Amino acid sequence: MTTKLPHKDVVIIGLGWTGSILAQELTDEGLDVIAIERGPWRDEATDYPPNYVQDELRYRIRHELFLRPDQNTFTFRNKMNQTALPIRTWGAFMPPNGVGGGGVHWNAETWRFLPSDFVLKTHLTERYGANFLPADMTIQDWGVTYDELEPHYDQFEYLCGTCGTAGNLQGKIQAGGNPWEGARSRPYPNPAQKQGFGHTLWAKAAAELGHKPFPQPSGNMSRAYVNPLGVRMGPCTYCGFCEWFGCGNYSKASPQTTILPVLVRKSNFSARDNCEVTRINLDGSGKRATGVTFVDTRGAEWEQPADLVILAAYAIFNVQMLLHSKIGTPYDPVANTGVIGRNYTHQCMSSVDAFFDNKKFNFNPFIASGAIGMCIDEFNGDNIDHGPLGFVGGGYMGQVQTGGRPIQTTPVPKGTPRWGAKWKEAVRDNYLSNLKGGSIHGSMYSYRDVYLDLDPTYKDRFGRPMLRMTIDFHDNELKAAAFMTEKYAEIVKAMGAHTVEKHPRKGPYDITAYQTTHLNGGAIMGTDPKTSALNRYLQSWDVPNLFVTGASAFPQNAGYNPTGTLCALAFWSAKAIREQYLKNPGPLVHA
Amino acid sequence: MARASIIKSALPWEPNAGHPPTPARPGPLHYFTHDENAAVEAIVDRLIPPDPQTPGGKDAGCAVYIDRQLAGPYGHHQGLYNAGPFQKGTKSQGPQSPVTPAELYRKGLAALDKHCKDKFGSKSFAALSDADKDAVLHALDAEQAKFEEADGKVFFDQILKDTQQGFFADPVYGGNRDMAAWKMIGFPGARYNYLDWIDRHNERFPLPPVGIAGSITWTPKG
Repeated sequence: MTTKLPHKDVVIIGLGWTGSILAQELTDEGLDVIAIERGPWRDEATDYPPNYVQDELRYRIRHELFLRPDQNTFTFRNKMNQTALPIRTWGAFMPPNGVGGGGVHWNAETWRFLPSDFVLKTHLTERYGANFLPADMTIQDWGVTYDELEPHYDQFEYLCGTCGTAGNLQGKIQAGGNPWEGARSRPYPNPAQKQGFGHTLWAKAAAELGHKPFPQPSGNMSRAYVNPLGVRMGPCTYCGFCEWFGCGNYSKASPQTTILPVLVRKSNFSARDNCEVTRINLDGSGKRATGVTFVDTRGAEWEQPADLVILAAYAIFNVQMLLHSKIGTPYDPVANTGVIGRNYTHQCMSSVDAFFDNKKFNFNPFIASGAIGMCIDEFNGDNIDHGPLGFVGGGYMGQVQTGGRPIQTTPVPKGTPRWGAKWKEAVRDNYLSNLKGGSIHGSMYSYRDVYLDLDPTYKDRFGRPMLRMTIDFHDNELKAAAFMTEKYAEIVKAMGAHTVEKHPRKGPYDITAYQTTHLNGGAIMGTDPKTSALNRYLQSWDVPNLFVTGASAFPQNAGYNPTGTLCALAFWSAKAIREQYLKNPGPLVHA
Repeated sequence: MARASIIKSALPWEPNAGHPPTPARPGPLHYFTHDENAAVEAIVDRLIPPDPQTPGGKDAGCAVYIDRQLAGPYGHHQGLYNAGPFQKGTKSQGPQSPVTPAELYRKGLAALDKHCKDKFGSKSFAALSDADKDAVLHALDAEQAKFEEADGKVFFDQILKDTQQGFFADPVYGGNRDMAAWKMIGFPGARYNYLDWIDRHNERFPLPPVGIAGSITWTPKG
């Protein structure tokens, strides 16, 4: 028995970053908006107060803030000829849950993608020729350019109070910033955060080797900030508990610290928490969404009718929702047809651990923020000539260590026993004088045999097929990882480390090893409905009153954290809805 | 369990919505039997042996930590995906066993007891010399000792992981007693503000650790 609720102008599925942005923009337009969120309401001071949030076991090891796999998980395999098995406990990524979504537990590393990233296929083909790319690589242009997104990157950075040093102001390269970045129209709203000893020493060594280090753009506040909506944030205290934790200090940009205090007070906004949308409903034509159906915690089913549906869940949940709602043609890798599930990507992370003489080096690794660190961008995107290298793509790299939480940050040099007196001694002698978390943020481009579809065997708690991921690394990404890891190791050696341990990413893709929570693709944007699920405004080609936000729209991943880009896209999409769609509801692009 | 609700007009505000953790208190066992506990105390004290500066796993409370964890959600795979079919997969597909940590310890400890009594003339693990204990553990780690009824290597990896996690976790969970592990490495614990220290490069941070429940020095003894 389904209870039908009163009609709304807009229903938003998921109240994370992009759901909050769309809700804020569309309520400003005077629309009556409801957001339906699968997880609980959460707020800073009540849910993660600074007197007990510094708890590595609870939040990092036991995954307190994340979705529980018994509520929703996926099956996974490396190759199409294998049997996919359920992910029984999280490993490679951490699906968010609750109001604020991934914006609660992220590190707030707030990057822009390179201008060439948005026209990747065209750019690489023009520079190296079509034959340079692997035959099964399915990269595409986005259908939107950096210049079109620039105002919206700016909008997001000012919303968040992003701290950084501009490297390219209106085309003029700035000392101390990232010289490779696209031109920005004005400086960051706040100066860069301060850096610890390890980060500073790394930057010095990188500069001596001829690189151009710059502070990582950070959504952890370097000073008190009031954003354009009038919401206040406090200075970050470098407590070292940021990623996987919420910030009770209002120092990390999240929907809670930037938008929700304003949004929730609007008379034309409401939200339901602990309610899971199970499908988007279509009318008889299959071309128009009539609203959504959701289930509350008692198991009661509700229907929320609306004129406009915004699908703003975490990337793979967007794809799952489209498949369960039978919107768009499912991707078939054999026939190479269909779009839903196509061009799924993650990240190809590598790292280097370094051990130093503890009589000379004391890094105090526990003093850090989530987006602290010094980086270089020389090896990202197409910033170097890939011709002689035999691969494409890359990533930023940096000393971006986010803390010294001891369950995960007590490395010992290779050759040390795993337990016993010698292990204990090595832990003691190396804790303050090692650098772990040297990060090589490798891109992952898209391939024909890396995709999402529905599993033939395993079912979710509603009895529906689970989403199945088929993903493995290809040689291109592994070559890039090996190349960049060597470059990183050179810098760490120049810092004076006595032991350098290189960990270039190797195959197969392992579902137990944490990389990042940057899952992308599966419902990508583009210019052709045959190879994309959404047009350049994130509007469904098949159902024009449905917009799908988030990293599921990325045709391939870049060598950066995705939040800056997916939020810029959300603002871009909101602008198109406000200025074009509402005046004339229908397709914004005619293919 | 959280209930569905409607949010409108004002920010919902529930004090302690995040629920501070309940401290694990020393005292009666929650999961282990007396004999199991004796074996676990002996194991954790070899995985992390005592030295003149820092207590070993036993005095640091690692066995208490594991006992309380096994009695709680972790011990029973609560929240994990536990439905079948269970099939053996590749290593990259992750654990696919229906056996919970609590069950693994019960079977593993029984198998260890039998293994030791067979090999060392009716002696339990806890009664062995340190050298014999280490030999048994090395054999398990190297997959050279075969257990009946349980996978010795899986059991060893589980107890090693749990012991080290308990040693470094906040003392509120029963291990890392008196913040012994944090003192050993120089981790100041659940501190909130290092603004005064971010610029002080290559200097040793001077303050002792604190935990979520404070510091032992905050409460006078006696």
